Amino acid sequence: MSKYLLDKFLYTVDRDPDLVERYREDPVGTVEWWEAEMANTILNVVSAEKTTWLSFTEEERTALREHDHVTLFQMGAHPFLTLTLFIAMFERDHGPLEYQRAYGAAMQHVTMPYPDIST
Amino acid sequence: MAELAAVIASTHHPFYYRAKTSTGADRPPFADEWVAKQEAFAETLNRAEPDVLVMVGSDHFHQLWLDNMPQFLIGKAPFFDANWYNEEREFGLPKMTLRGEEDLAAHLLRDGLDRDFDLAFSNELRIDHSITCPIIALRPEGDLPIVPVYTNIFAPPLPQPKRFVQLGKALREMVESWESDKRVAIIGTGHLSLELGGPRQFGEHGPDPEFDRKAVEWIASGDIEGCLAEVSLESLHHPGNATHGFMDFMLMMGVAGEGQKAAHVDTLDLFHTMEAYFTWYPNGAPA
Repeated sequence: MSKYLLDKFLYTVDRDPDLVERYREDPVGTVEWWEAEMANTILNVVSAEKTTWLSFTEEERTALREHDHVTLFQMGAHPFLTLTLFIAMFERDHGPLEYQRAYGAAMQHVTMPYPDIST
Repeated sequence: MAELAAVIASTHHPFYYRAKTSTGADRPPFADEWVAKQEAFAETLNRAEPDVLVMVGSDHFHQLWLDNMPQFLIGKAPFFDANWYNEEREFGLPKMTLRGEEDLAAHLLRDGLDRDFDLAFSNELRIDHSITCPIIALRPEGDLPIVPVYTNIFAPPLPQPKRFVQLGKALREMVESWESDKRVAIIGTGHLSLELGGPRQFGEHGPDPEFDRKAVEWIASGDIEGCLAEVSLESLHHPGNATHGFMDFMLMMGVAGEGQKAAHVDTLDLFHTMEAYFTWYPNGAPA
């Protein structure tokens, strides 16, 4: 399992307006494209210098494909990254703070200690 | 030598700008009280008549990322552009450009390294809301040059709380040993109890009002010893999963000094998190 790669997905999508929309509309296609093209791109390095070893587990792929923020939290993805991206994708469909509260309510069964987010 | 004109510690709330500038039906019911408290807080900075601002904050995965993560970093550049697309998107924060004070930044780097703080540096740093929120709240003109100091409260493994206090103490000594006739304010922002992306987020209050009460007391009375006795990297998970931002307050307690009571203390109980504002005048309150 690679918390780092989950975080890298959330980070690179969140900072790109086009990718935010693409992930909202087509999560399965976006995750497939991202893993093939972006997962092994070192940020701030020329594209020829690729990493050779990063990939998702099937569980991670599924959580991302299903926009499953609860499972991402339980996997130890960085909660700030997940929250920020999911607000960007879904707040617009709800009233003020309604999405943020529902997001927390969906995790009421999660108890302390929370999963370790260290990478 | 430079004079430390004021020490300011604050929460940073990215929704403040929108609350302050909203009108009519969009204006939240708590906006007027919030603005009044922030303006009174800003006056405590203005009274100190600073020439330069050292700004302690923490990048929220904007420019600093997990493939190359510094623990403490000084920005040394003639200018700092500010705020990022996702902050404009979520909080409505404006794009800004602030001037840098390179001579002080160079001094902090050299002196800090010589004091055994292995500081990272950046010559091209786009700063985020941890630094622009206090600029917007305390010095909305954005007219003073700054030196950003970034800490890692965000991507574990993190430095220990005592290291934040030590850096704060050193930062004060370093500012006071800067060969300059400038008046410097050190401003740092962090959080009280806070939960982001977990089950306790966006409640009616901060996730742990009891922690907040104790934290305000530690800060207001300068009780570094008491704070360090209770706060650890492990304990900070309990008040809320983003509460490690409290370590930036601990850094500022280090700047202010053990036992130093703040001259200005104010709080505001908001939904989601409590706001808290503190000002110290190391050389006595200005007239």
